[in-house]
Amino acid sequence: MPDVRRAPLSGWGLYPVEDCFIYRPERVQDLVRILSSDQQSSYIPRGLGRSYGDTAQNKGAGVLLNELFNHFLSFDSSNGILECEAGVSLAEINQYLVPKGFFLPVTPGTKFVTVGGAIANDIHGKNHHKDGCFSEHVLDFHLLLADGSIQKCSRDENREIFRATIGGIGLTGFILSARIRMQRVETGYIVVDYRKARNLDEALKLFSEGDNKYQHSVAWIDCLANGGSLGRSVLMRGNHAMRSELPKDIRDPLRIPDKRKLNVPFAFPSMVLNQLSIALFNKVYYASFTDNTHKIVDYDSFFYPLDAVQNWNRIYGKKGFVQYQVVLPPETSREGLVSLLEKLSKSRRSSFLAVLKSSGSANEGLLSFPYTGHTLALDLPIKDQAVFPFLRELDDIVIKYGGRVYLAKDSEISPELFRQMYPKLNQFQELRQKLDPNQIFSSSMSRRLGITEGTL
Amino acid sequence: MSYILLVGASSGIAQALAKKLAEKGKNLLLAGRTMDDLERQKADLEFRYGVSVKTQYFDADDLEKKEWLEKLVLQYPKIDGAIVAYGYLGDQKEAERESVKVIPIINVNFTSTAVLLHELANYFEYRRSGYICVLSSVAADRGRQSNYVYGAAKGGLTVFLQGLRNRLSPANVRVITVKPGLVDTKMTYGKVESRLLTSPEKVAKLIIKAIEGKKDVVYIPAVWALIMFVVRHIPERIFKKMKL
Repeated sequence: MPDVRRAPLSGWGLYPVEDCFIYRPERVQDLVRILSSDQQSSYIPRGLGRSYGDTAQNKGAGVLLNELFNHFLSFDSSNGILECEAGVSLAEINQYLVPKGFFLPVTPGTKFVTVGGAIANDIHGKNHHKDGCFSEHVLDFHLLLADGSIQKCSRDENREIFRATIGGIGLTGFILSARIRMQRVETGYIVVDYRKARNLDEALKLFSEGDNKYQHSVAWIDCLANGGSLGRSVLMRGNHAMRSELPKDIRDPLRIPDKRKLNVPFAFPSMVLNQLSIALFNKVYYASFTDNTHKIVDYDSFFYPLDAVQNWNRIYGKKGFVQYQVVLPPETSREGLVSLLEKLSKSRRSSFLAVLKSSGSANEGLLSFPYTGHTLALDLPIKDQAVFPFLRELDDIVIKYGGRVYLAKDSEISPELFRQMYPKLNQFQELRQKLDPNQIFSSSMSRRLGITEGTL
Repeated sequence: MSYILLVGASSGIAQALAKKLAEKGKNLLLAGRTMDDLERQKADLEFRYGVSVKTQYFDADDLEKKEWLEKLVLQYPKIDGAIVAYGYLGDQKEAERESVKVIPIINVNFTSTAVLLHELANYFEYRRSGYICVLSSVAADRGRQSNYVYGAAKGGLTVFLQGLRNRLSPANVRVITVKPGLVDTKMTYGKVESRLLTSPEKVAKLIIKAIEGKKDVVYIPAVWALIMFVVRHIPERIFKKMKL
């Protein structure tokens, strides 16, 4: 019988922490044996644990690590199609394919996520307004279902399962492998334009006027600024650099310099980051930027600035933090954002890692997060229990303006709000009922949100 | 084209070894029982490192090793070194209840390996170069109630390797005995506290260092040399009462 390890698990936000029974299968037969064994009441797949909340954990039940499904299977450089197992990380894909002139079609702000996690959360990146979510570049994947069968899913084959699995937070089965179409690039560098916006209106105007010129576009937003500076931001937008755009001293355009890694060796006492230090940081950070065009930045620094600090999630202290990400539709996004920012700035709770970007149209994923409008993401340290009622207040604003929260970040919304935010949930549930009537796949999140049954 | 032969190539340690060797540009012959595992490993190694990787079916229980190696050498005449990484932990308690369960533990870890080693020895002795690196175990150093069947087989293997090293030394063929401590693989997963485990990547790195260096017997990581020194020197009259 495959062995199991009992240990506390949390998402990247370090909250909540729950005891789980963790399996580390090596091959499909191991998975089939575990799923049919009745050892645990249910199971949820887990990759590198970068979802922030309780998406990839299963309190008192099984967690299936995909870390030993980490084999590259094939790569065709004539069309850029990569096939790999689901435990391969985006970092490894970059490591081997950037030197060959290919980049990930979509990447989140960390490269330490697996392909399986990228599909199950249908992640998006700085290019959502142009290229959509990760799944939109997935040709097909193999999924192990609760009954032990393996299904190939694509837009032509098992389309219903495909639509439920992208963004389906692991509840349809265990993703074994996938084929992804990579993007051809000439260099490993990005040509970036930095532009300051004195307030939210200016930022939104810059987004709507200029975003079509940039494949990648994102803004750091100061959630503590208020009054006339409410929503002041620094837009960072760029495109993959052509070879001819690089300065002469870069010898190999597809290799980028190695960076020194910093580490946060232990959880900081939570007083280190207080309102004062964060407000100060934000002021200095904002002031440090000048409008600057055509800066050449390597892809690691542009896409993954925080990956340079290992365990950065410990800076908020042992109690952890909630990352709150919402999308708001274009008709209401300005008002919604103003309302959220006013609340945030008044509460002094928000931290310095806040991101605003414009998002493109929704895809076919039943629980996929983004749709046309704007998304705002921010960290809220859990200093005290009062953060939770505060989050409810934010939720109410989001609902009022017709927005929704991103499950990959969530650890707190209620089943009622979730239902309102994700109108295709019924379709998802109908399919799940067919695929997994015994609820073999279930997670702390799915029980909290009422997607699967059982106590929390 | 020359190759390194890895027997038992899909074990946790061997997988990490294959990666490290391929990273150094070595072409690999992967031998093992499950062809599906070998094929996905091959695809992965070729993608990552651009080396040539071949796969070969190998069944530890089949003792016709002479024919097996002859066939392999016919296809791939140049083998620079061989790493023997297969083993079978078995279940000590089960073997106590059901005595026949002793047999596979002894057969895989000793008999089968010894037969294969003689074939490999003859191949390398004839070529007067190369190395044979074998994964034994710290369990070989002293019989303990928790795993003495496995320990006895690995102990026999360790003595066999001493003799083989002595025999092949004039032929310029190195024999390296590796004694890994607690490694984070399927064998230990869920049984040993994770902080006591060494990653297969680190073990692989140290094995390659041993192959490239001069040592005949290595404990991996080195702290196990000290631990086992102490374990070996506990007087038997005390040791027999200990729960190890």
